[in-house]
Amino acid sequence: MSMRPETQPAERSGWSRRSLLKRGGMLTFLAGLFGAVPAVAQKVAEADDHALSDAVGALFQKHYQKMTPEEVQEAIARITRTAKREQGVDITVATDPPLQGVIFGYALNISKCKGVRRCVEACVAENNQGRESQIQYIRVLELEKGDMNLNDADHYFAPELVPQPGKFYMPIQCLQCDNPPCVIACPVQATWKEPDGIVVVDYNWCIGCRYCMAACPYWARRFNFSQPKIPKEQVNTDTHYLGNRPRPRGVVEKCHFCIQRTRKGRLPACLEACPTGARVFGNILDPNSDIRYVLENKTVFRLKEELGTEPKFWYYTD
Amino acid sequence: MGSLVAFFADGIKQVFRGDRLYWAWLVGLVAVIANGAYYYGQQLQQGLIVTGLSDQVSWGVYIANFTYLVGVAAAAVMLVIPAYIFDREDIKHVVLIGEGVAVAAVTMTILFVTVDLGRPDRIWHMLPLLGRFNFPQSMLAWDVLVLTGYLFLNLTIPFYMLFVKYRGGEPNFAVYFPGVLISIFWAISIHTVTAFLFSSNVARPFWNTAILGPRFLASAFTSGPALIVLALQVIDRFTAFKVHRPVIDFMALIITVSLQINLFLLGVEFFTEFYFPTEKGIASHYLFFGVNGFNALVPWIWTAFGFNVVAAFILTIHPLRARRALLNVACALAIVGVWIEKGMGLIIPGFVPTPIGEMFNYSPSQVEVFVSLGIWAAGLLVFTILTKIALPIELGTLVWVPGGTRSRYPGGPHGAASPGHPQRPQPQQPAAPEGERP
Repeated sequence: MSMRPETQPAERSGWSRRSLLKRGGMLTFLAGLFGAVPAVAQKVAEADDHALSDAVGALFQKHYQKMTPEEVQEAIARITRTAKREQGVDITVATDPPLQGVIFGYALNISKCKGVRRCVEACVAENNQGRESQIQYIRVLELEKGDMNLNDADHYFAPELVPQPGKFYMPIQCLQCDNPPCVIACPVQATWKEPDGIVVVDYNWCIGCRYCMAACPYWARRFNFSQPKIPKEQVNTDTHYLGNRPRPRGVVEKCHFCIQRTRKGRLPACLEACPTGARVFGNILDPNSDIRYVLENKTVFRLKEELGTEPKFWYYTD
Repeated sequence: MGSLVAFFADGIKQVFRGDRLYWAWLVGLVAVIANGAYYYGQQLQQGLIVTGLSDQVSWGVYIANFTYLVGVAAAAVMLVIPAYIFDREDIKHVVLIGEGVAVAAVTMTILFVTVDLGRPDRIWHMLPLLGRFNFPQSMLAWDVLVLTGYLFLNLTIPFYMLFVKYRGGEPNFAVYFPGVLISIFWAISIHTVTAFLFSSNVARPFWNTAILGPRFLASAFTSGPALIVLALQVIDRFTAFKVHRPVIDFMALIITVSLQINLFLLGVEFFTEFYFPTEKGIASHYLFFGVNGFNALVPWIWTAFGFNVVAAFILTIHPLRARRALLNVACALAIVGVWIEKGMGLIIPGFVPTPIGEMFNYSPSQVEVFVSLGIWAAGLLVFTILTKIALPIELGTLVWVPGGTRSRYPGGPHGAASPGHPQRPQPQQPAAPEGERP
């Protein structure tokens, strides 16, 4: 992650007009335009525990890659305070940078997948998706054996028992493309590919235009149509800024290979939850990794390879 | 400087002057806008959950209207080209109305994308220096750029022309012509870029076709001039501003040819999709025939097809097109037909089925419908205000008279202030050309 601290000559005397515009004019302009005035006024009335300053601070927060380390810490302080105030939970927000010499890859054995969808549950629990909004990063498809046409898949299969005879199962999540169309599409660079290959979103920079959702060939992106709500006791308090930290309403989110875990050397939650061992994760630059073993010894394929998106998520069979 | 202040003062006065019908029109528009604003307030409070949108169909009627209106905005060029390049005096006379349509349409496009945003409070993230604009990679960034540029061109050029006329002078060719030339290419570009916004998506085979750009232009030059033809007749009927018949005939010809090309391109696409149907073409199947019981768009698209065919029939046969009532019917059919075809008929099948094969129906919610109506009313209001100011200036009934009596006695004793405008009203007559229906 290129954390280039922005030197600030622009904000000194010679440019006072712009900084004035930025601080004052911009504030009133935006507030007036988008009805923030009543919201701000209400916050003033409540006047509890930085509510107002946090709201204003978040409104004018810079892009994650443009913030100085101090500004990142201020942003994190706002996020943790807000979580405490609104949900009553104490969360930590890590900013672990990508590990040197690491590019993450994922492989999934579709002959082992039985369609139990433990991965989906584990993902929701780990990554703090809204429970009411039912956001899920992983979609498991049920397909007829002998047919790989996704248009024939059942997205809402619900038999008594899985696997059903004659069926096979295919989980799809963000494939962390090496050439991601979503990143190109975003008009404000709110989503980008990290050096370890994970495509992340700055939830405080996303404007919610959903162009990335139109651009994604794998339907991997989700939008917070409403404020994500999680029962207090179910919140995962161990979070990463670019991963499972609390998200506001009106922004896009997606699978990030459990960045809060994998950058600490742990495995993704979906992999740990899989009862059949269908999932393999690791550093594709490490010749001794499990993922490299799969790539070198199994017949693998990737979804819609013809599009040139270069997914870092491979499917294989025994 | 004084004339500039007077220009705006007179303009504002002009807006607040009119007969009962004019006021009823304004009040009606404001009511629809207020209703839309109320529903948009709900959307701001609760989020886009109040719309019919979903992760599956993540763009809907807002973006459909946006796409349609970019075309309408671009269509002003069909008056600009004959007026300034081919020097047709009668069209030069009405070109301001076309530019007014463009300004109103661009305003609506900006409103439609804004209401579609999940975080409108972060719109400043697109601003240069303050924000982080993904240019030139993102086609959406391009679209923002070309649309604001087009708005700027269509505000400044007419402003210059009007202001010079208001001061009683003649526009300087060397000043306005470069702007006019740029605006011609710019008009084509806004709609091409908007087509690229969709066709650049490899994820969406329904959009990912080279024919999308040409189809966008053909449909734009159908519906835009059709709207202008109707607007011209309304203005002709309700104001002192008279539109000459050859202007309408010329626009009718443009609509005819564009609609014929549009239908041809539709046929080309239809052939490619259905001669040997592929899985990539399943969205077209969904649109025209439905798939597995998902057929929400089928009645719509065939209605659009029927409208366009009937309109093309009327327009193509000269004796029919020459009859004003039939021409208007054809225009109305083409406007609605293209709106369906290029709005919902273009946006929704891009999302259905999803790229991983899920069928999903979308229909706009009440909030989306009322917000959309509010934005259309806002566009009509912008158009009304612009023409209300522009037409008297174009007619020469609203001119600058240094000394301050200008508004009451626009013709005034200061004849030298506006040479070349013989048809000036009597001093007793207020400068309100509208409403005096014969």
